[in-house]
Amino acid sequence: MDILITGLLLGGTYALIAMGLNLQYGVARIMNLANGEFLVAGGFAAFWFYTAGQVSPLLTIFIVAPLAFGLNWLIYVVMLRPLVKRAKSHGQLEVDAILTTFGLAFVSVGIMLALFGGDYFSYSYLARPITLIGDTYALNRVTAAVAAVIICGGLWLWLNHTRAGMSIRAIAVDPKSARLVGIDVPKLSALAFALGGAVTAMGGALISTFLTLDASTGVMFTLKALVIVIMGGVGDVRGTIVAALLLGILETFVATLIDPGLTLAAAYLLFVLILLFRPQGLFGRRTT
Amino acid sequence: MSLAKRDWQSITLSAVLLAVAACLPLTGDAYMLSIGITIAMYAVLATSWALFSGPTHFISLATAAFFGLGTYTTAIGIENGLNYWVTLPIAAILGAVLAALVGLATLRLSGVYFVIFTLGLAELVRQVVTWGQNVSGQKGLYVLTDITEVHIYLQLLVLGGIVYLTGWAIGRSRLGFALRIIGDDEEVARHSGINTSRAKILLFMVSGATAAVVGSMLAPRYIYIEPALAFTPMLSFLVVIMALLGGTGRLWGPLVGVIPFTLLWEAISASFPNQTTLLLGLSFLVIVYLLPRGFVGLIESGKRKMREREAFA
Repeated sequence: MDILITGLLLGGTYALIAMGLNLQYGVARIMNLANGEFLVAGGFAAFWFYTAGQVSPLLTIFIVAPLAFGLNWLIYVVMLRPLVKRAKSHGQLEVDAILTTFGLAFVSVGIMLALFGGDYFSYSYLARPITLIGDTYALNRVTAAVAAVIICGGLWLWLNHTRAGMSIRAIAVDPKSARLVGIDVPKLSALAFALGGAVTAMGGALISTFLTLDASTGVMFTLKALVIVIMGGVGDVRGTIVAALLLGILETFVATLIDPGLTLAAAYLLFVLILLFRPQGLFGRRTT
Repeated sequence: MSLAKRDWQSITLSAVLLAVAACLPLTGDAYMLSIGITIAMYAVLATSWALFSGPTHFISLATAAFFGLGTYTTAIGIENGLNYWVTLPIAAILGAVLAALVGLATLRLSGVYFVIFTLGLAELVRQVVTWGQNVSGQKGLYVLTDITEVHIYLQLLVLGGIVYLTGWAIGRSRLGFALRIIGDDEEVARHSGINTSRAKILLFMVSGATAAVVGSMLAPRYIYIEPALAFTPMLSFLVVIMALLGGTGRLWGPLVGVIPFTLLWEAISASFPNQTTLLLGLSFLVIVYLLPRGFVGLIESGKRKMREREAFA
């Protein structure tokens, strides 16, 4: 029971990060391997604001989000759009996007190393116990999960109940047909990419309240987010959330009962099972 | 198999170059030899990487996983009384098996799954090995042999020769032809009756086995090995950069990237050790935006321009 709830709390934050990646991959069709670096950057911002000015990470989110949004929008327009235009096939775009975002990931790790050094950093925010259904949990984990649920819920409402959200879902289903019904695909792709980056950075600010980060941990989060997106199905919000919760529970389970060093192995176990049995995602339909 | 005059020419040229490279230890300069080993190591790794990733455009980031597997095979083998030479084929077999398993899980699907899977593979194996050592209470392994740097260098050259011959033979075979079609359009390949997954998995096994053997050969150089050293993810990225920088369109392409990049990398790591990650990132961007087909592409478009100019003159 203890494991289940801790896992769910962790999974809630994972869901937020994976939602960001899913927006970027599902809509803008860019497999963003620099996603984890934005998470770490969000975490760094939260750390910096908290230690320098005692600003609560929950407020830092509102500074981090627009910054990440703008930066990701610039990255898409300046660096990725030319690749989309020059690509002759989907496969070529995929290779180019992977290499470019990889390059970006390393550049940002390099910059963060130069600015902050290679140390681990953590701060103590709301590190108080709280009792839920008879067991005690750290208040920061609960707060982060609640905040993640609120942001995910808002995103879900926006995607399902606004015109822009509907257009974005249409692009996720079929970019060619979306153009035919008068949707501005290039503009909304950039918007989705920027929004995805902002969501991930917010997730980073939240996760930094209870996890220790350092400049080069980004790639681990990218991997986990990728596993979640593939497991949940590309462009599928419901699937992403279920997959994130599953991964959170399994990881906590493995870390508590076997060895905390094997969390990636846990993610890979899920990944292999999905690839072998449901490559179309948990709720996806098989395409022909 | 009949060989044209051109083939004999390129075989002779390669053999002569290999023989010249084999003379490096005669200079007796330890620093040169050490750089030579690093270059030979990356040349073998990048060429075998390009054998698979060149024609198929599937980017493999698993080199470090195979390399570490080989290093550990040799280390554990020697500790348990096996002869060093016996551990090399064992490493090759294990590397091929690991590649086959990864291939079976991912190569039937789109390229993205493969990239993601290989991205974490080294880290995964590292976590499992670390865990195994924690359980058995053992920290690192000593590899004590009487193999010197000169031996390692010569072994790598021989392996390089084998990789070149294999690559050349594959290029002429039905398998190589099938792979080029897959790289152009997998759908077309499937419709013309090529078993695409089988072709991809076979070639990935060749590439994985080679990387594992390179790991084995370098184990005596490290003397003391631990997971963080054997499975360093940086190795996978460096191999990708060097191969792409040189160009994967030709068999000799990766070599053209390996030599300058290794020298640059050594210089940067020596004088600015904290900026290596930044250099890695910038290299990826340079490849995508400025050199999409590598140095080989640059040389070939240069040649074409020269020919056009001659035609007009």
